[in-house]
Amino acid sequence: MTSEQLTGAAGVAPGTPAIQLVDVAKSYGSFKALQGVSMTVERGSRMVICGPSGSGKSTLIRCINRLEIHDAGAITVNGAELTDQIVRIDRIRRDVGMVFQHFNLFPHLTVLQNCTLAQRWVRRRSHREASDIAMALLERVRIPEKASSYPAELSGGQQQRVAIARALCMNPSIMLFDEPTSALDPEMVKEVLDTMVRLAEDGMTMICVTHEMGFARQVASQVAFMEGGKVIESNTPERLFSTPAHERTKRFLSNLLH
Amino acid sequence: MFDYHLFLSAVFGWPLAKGALLTMVLSISVMTCSLIVATLFGSVAGSQRKALRWSVGGYVWLFRGAPALLILLFVWNGLPQLSPVFRQAWFTPFFAAFLALTLIEVAYLTEILRGAFAAVGKGQREGAAALGLHRWQIFILITMPQALRVAVPALINEFISLLKATSLATVISLKELMTLTQFAIATSFRFLEWYGAALVYYMLMVSVLTVFQTRIERLLSKGHR
Repeated sequence: MTSEQLTGAAGVAPGTPAIQLVDVAKSYGSFKALQGVSMTVERGSRMVICGPSGSGKSTLIRCINRLEIHDAGAITVNGAELTDQIVRIDRIRRDVGMVFQHFNLFPHLTVLQNCTLAQRWVRRRSHREASDIAMALLERVRIPEKASSYPAELSGGQQQRVAIARALCMNPSIMLFDEPTSALDPEMVKEVLDTMVRLAEDGMTMICVTHEMGFARQVASQVAFMEGGKVIESNTPERLFSTPAHERTKRFLSNLLH
Repeated sequence: MFDYHLFLSAVFGWPLAKGALLTMVLSISVMTCSLIVATLFGSVAGSQRKALRWSVGGYVWLFRGAPALLILLFVWNGLPQLSPVFRQAWFTPFFAAFLALTLIEVAYLTEILRGAFAAVGKGQREGAAALGLHRWQIFILITMPQALRVAVPALINEFISLLKATSLATVISLKELMTLTQFAIATSFRFLEWYGAALVYYMLMVSVLTVFQTRIERLLSKGHR
């Protein structure tokens, strides 16, 4: 079995959820960031997580590729449970793309180099192959003309689209978005959201932490509302937005809309 | 009066050129080794492991605190007293100076690099980790180039200090630039000309380093505005 099959979604039994969280908990000292979160994200579905700041959304999404290590409960990604025993967490990470609030592009590398670096060192692709894939994905996020620019020469929206392309270059089966539009000027939010919508339409499994409720309504299969480290309620966007079950959800949503 | 003829023959003569060459070889060897060790120490300084962090901290405390002259004399005179190993032929003034200056330089460079590594944001490491890069790949491909950009002015500064500090090795009779200058003065009693000539050599070496600094800064500042 090649490493590609080991890590890729292709090697996973059909019907296995892309991501499954069971009673996940995480504390920083006495602060309980996550208190027993359970959720299932099916392959090809899109989960949007919203909630006030400090509610544990980012911690939750960061636990999925083990940028944070959960204290209790179980997280399963593509059928493989994240435990201390997994020495090669990189194998899961290269199959799970992540887009950050502050882009985290490498400032000393060009846009193209940003996109080819991990392909060459992690996927062991040739320079030629990596560049071809990178260019194709830069086309897809509609920014191929900036391939030889440095991140500092790009607007925030352009940088975030490059970050999306960079993650896609690794052929992830799951994409995580951690408030991808929160650091952007309002006029740049749309170009990034449009890119994400197209990705969703192509059937990518996605988890997005975002306050963009229009986006949630448009693409989400499921919206989860979090507060105090717990998922208060989770439903389809239609149901959650029209008839939220909890008072707290109602208040949060009405504050967002006004 | 100032004897121009003597000054020029001192500048273009063999003794000082040889001394300067030794000064340069010593400085470059010390800097190279120190950079490698300090990179290791500097990256460990931010480690989770307390024992490791404390050891590096203790090392820096000791070798930044002790005067260079003391360490030079300690290595040259003290080590042979400690063990017969250091009484053998290979333990030359050059090696003693190399060892003493490296011990000191590592301490200073560790501090510079520790700061530079810390200056590279956590987001950079996370961005790289999320792509599946290993820890050492992240260090070499992402952290190092960005840290060096921050550290280069301070590193070259250290190099210049080091170049001049090698003159301390005159006390262990290493035949570097200052030692040979003093030799020449001891026989000629012409201070101005020989000191002047030595100054020319030091200025020349430092100028080369300054040009090198500009070049490397430009190289590493790619992508930064």
